[in-house]
Amino acid sequence: MKIALFATCIVDAMYPQTARATVKILERLGHEVIFPSGQACCGQMHINSGYMDEALPVVANHVQAFEADAYDVAVAPSGSCVASVKHQHPILAERCGDAALKARAEAVGAKTYELSQLLVDVLGVTNAGEQLGSHFPHKVTYHPSCHGMRSLNLGDRQLDLLKSVGGIEVADLPEADQCCGFGGTFSMKNADVSSAMLEDKAKNIESTGASLCSGGDASCLMHIGGGLSRTKSNTTTLHFAEILASTMAEPVSVTGEVFVGKGGKR
Amino acid sequence: MSGVFMGMPSLPVFGDGNLHIDEPFPAAAHRELGNTQMRANLRHATHTIRDKRIKVVGELPDWEELRDAGAATKNQVMANLPALLEEFEKNFTARGGIIHWARDADEANRIVSDLIKEQDTTEVVKVKSMATQEIGLNEYLEEQGISAFETDLAELIVQLGHDKPSHILVPAIHKNRTEVRDIFLAEMPNVDPNLTDEPRLLAMAAREHLRRKFLSAKVAVSGANFALADSGTLAVVESEGNGRMCLTLPETLITVMGIEKLLPAKEDLEVFMQLLPRSSTGERMNPYTSLWTGVTEGDGPQNVHLVMLDNGRTAALADKYGRTALNCIRCSACMNVCPVYERTGGHAYGSTYPGPIGAILSPLLTGIKSEENSSLPYASSLCGACFDACPVKINIPEILVHLRGEDVDSRRGEKKLPSQMDLMMKGAQWAFSSGKNLGLLEKGLPLGKLAAGQDKKIKRLPGIAAGWTQSRDIPAPPSQSFRDWWKKEHQSEATTMKQEK
Repeated sequence: MKIALFATCIVDAMYPQTARATVKILERLGHEVIFPSGQACCGQMHINSGYMDEALPVVANHVQAFEADAYDVAVAPSGSCVASVKHQHPILAERCGDAALKARAEAVGAKTYELSQLLVDVLGVTNAGEQLGSHFPHKVTYHPSCHGMRSLNLGDRQLDLLKSVGGIEVADLPEADQCCGFGGTFSMKNADVSSAMLEDKAKNIESTGASLCSGGDASCLMHIGGGLSRTKSNTTTLHFAEILASTMAEPVSVTGEVFVGKGGKR
Repeated sequence: MSGVFMGMPSLPVFGDGNLHIDEPFPAAAHRELGNTQMRANLRHATHTIRDKRIKVVGELPDWEELRDAGAATKNQVMANLPALLEEFEKNFTARGGIIHWARDADEANRIVSDLIKEQDTTEVVKVKSMATQEIGLNEYLEEQGISAFETDLAELIVQLGHDKPSHILVPAIHKNRTEVRDIFLAEMPNVDPNLTDEPRLLAMAAREHLRRKFLSAKVAVSGANFALADSGTLAVVESEGNGRMCLTLPETLITVMGIEKLLPAKEDLEVFMQLLPRSSTGERMNPYTSLWTGVTEGDGPQNVHLVMLDNGRTAALADKYGRTALNCIRCSACMNVCPVYERTGGHAYGSTYPGPIGAILSPLLTGIKSEENSSLPYASSLCGACFDACPVKINIPEILVHLRGEDVDSRRGEKKLPSQMDLMMKGAQWAFSSGKNLGLLEKGLPLGKLAAGQDKKIKRLPGIAAGWTQSRDIPAPPSQSFRDWWKKEHQSEATTMKQEK
C-alpha cells in the first residue's frame, strides 16, 4: 500500500523521531511511505483560535499537498490533526464559500487516518509484539487525548496496541479521560485554568509510578511533559508510535535531545 | 425631504440583564481559582453527579436514540417557532391563561411587577427559574418595594447568603453543609440556635421557614421547563415539592419562560422526561412533575399569567451555526463534566448561564461584541466532554469555535494596532501555507537551542507565550526537522541508485 505520511507541523519541527518511528512501523509492515513535500500544517490552531481567514490558505495548502489520488491512504501520528482534516476542513471551506475546496477536503479527509486507526482498522495489526516485533521493557501509563477519544472515537486502539508490546507494563491512569488542559492557544489565553488542569493530570500520572506517560498527540504530550519537567518529575512523555517502533535489536532511545526531563529508569 | 430617517425606532436585537461578564474570563477565573474551598466543594459535587449520571444513562439501551429524538424535536421546534408559539398562545388563552410578550429583560420585569401590584401585595414566593435570574427580576422587584422569596432550597441558601448562583441546577454547589448551616444561623429568622450541619436538620429548618411563606403569599412566580403547544400546558420538574406549593397555593401564578421552551405535543414529554432528570441529577425520574393548563375554577391559582421572553433568543435563532444552543433544556450535564467549570465555578462566567452552555449562550443572546462576553467562547480547551454529555446533542465545541471566528471577524477592519495574537496568527499563516515556507523556518530550529539552557529546556518565553512557561517547560528543538531528515535520506537513496546504474 502506498501511504502518505502527514507528519504534522509540531512533529516535523519538534518531534521528528515520532515521524521516523511512524515510517519505521509502516515500512516494517511492507508498505511504501511517501512524504508529500508541500505539506505544512492542518490549520487547527488558526481555526480553533477563530482566525478563519488566516486558516483558509493553510487548509487549502494541506488539501493541495494531499490531493487524494496520489496515494492509497494518508496517516498522521496525531488524533487532533486528523480530526481537524476530517471534520474542520470541510466546515471551514463551506464557511468561506468555497464549494470546490470543500469537496476536495472531504475526499482527503475520507482517506486520512490516525496511526492507530490505520494499524488496527486497515492494516489488521492487533498484536504489536508479534506483528511489529515491538519490545519496550518499561512501566508506562497512557493518556488518551480528547480529540482522538471524542472526535475520532479511537476507543482503546492506542491502549490495546501498547498493551500488546513485548516486555511492557501498562499502568491504568486515574481519570484518564480528563483533558490535560492544553487546548492549543487555550493554554496561553487561559493559562491559569490550563495549569490547574495540567496539575491534576500530572498528579494522576505520577500516582501510577510509571516512568513514562504515552499518548497519541505530540501537542498534549509536550504540554504534559513540559509540566512534569517543570516540577522536576522523574516521569516523562513518549508518543506511542515510538514505543511500537522500539524492538529488542533497536530499542528506542528515549534520552534523545528533544525529550523533556531525564525520564525514569532507563 | 428630511434628512432624518423617520421610520420605526430601532428594536433591541440582543438580550440584556444578568448575561454579562464584568471582567474578561481569564481574570475572573484567576480570582476564582484562588478559592481552594470552593474548588474542593465543586470537585466533590461535580464528580458525584457525574458518576450518578453515567450509571443511570448506562441503564438505558436506547440512550443514543433518545438523544437523537430530543435533538430532532428541538430542531423542529426552532425551525417552526413562530407557528408553534401562535398555536401555544391560542390554546393557553382558550383555557383561561393570559399571555404577555416581552422583548427584553426590562419589559418582562415591568410586566411581572405590574401584575403583582394589581394583586395589592408586596410579597411573592418563587420557584427556581432561570428566566427570572436572567432578567434580574428579584433585584427589580426589590426596587419596587416587593420582596421575592426563593423557595428552592439551594436558591434559598444563595439568597440568604447574599450570593449568586454558581450552577443552574445546584445553585449552591460551591457551598458545603457547614457553610449552609452558618448562613441559616445568621440569616434565617426563628432558627434553632443549636442547628447542626446534618442535612436532614438543615432541610427541616428550611421547610419550617418556607411553610410560613407558602401559606401567606398571594402571588407566586415560576419558570417552566416545557410548554406544550398542542394543549397550552406548562410543566415544571423539581426535586423538593416546594415548586408544587408555589404552583398550587397562591391565587395568582405568574410564569416567566423563554420562547424556546416549547415542545410540539404532550407525546414529546416521553423523550424529555427520560433525558432531563438523568442528565441533570443522575436520577431516573425527578420526584415532582407539575403540569398545568389554564385555570380550573375553585382549584389552584385563579389568575394564570405567562410572560414569554425573547431577550436575544430570536437573535440567537438567526445565527446559522449557533442556533442549536437554544435546544438547551437547562440540565447542566455540560457543567458537571467540564474541566474548566470544575476549577473556576460558575461565578467566573459572570452570567446566569455558566459552564460550556453559558460560554456559547451568553454571547449568542447578547451579541459577540457585548462588553467582556467575547472572552467566554475562549473559556474552553475544546475537549468535547460537554458535547458527549449533552442530552440534546448540542455541538458546543463547534459553536465555541464559530463564536471565536465571529469575535475575530468583529475586530477586523478596526483601526487598532494588531494584537500579539493577531501577529502570531499572521506569521503562522505564512509559515503553514506552504511546505517551502515551513521548511525555511525549520532551518532556524538550531537557533532555538540557544534559547534553551544546558538542560535543554526553554523556561521562559516573552509576550503571550509567557502563559505557557508559567507552569511548563518547552523542550529545546531538534537540530534537524523531519522534513530535512527525509530529504537527506531519500537524496542519498537517489544518489545510490544513480551510482548503481
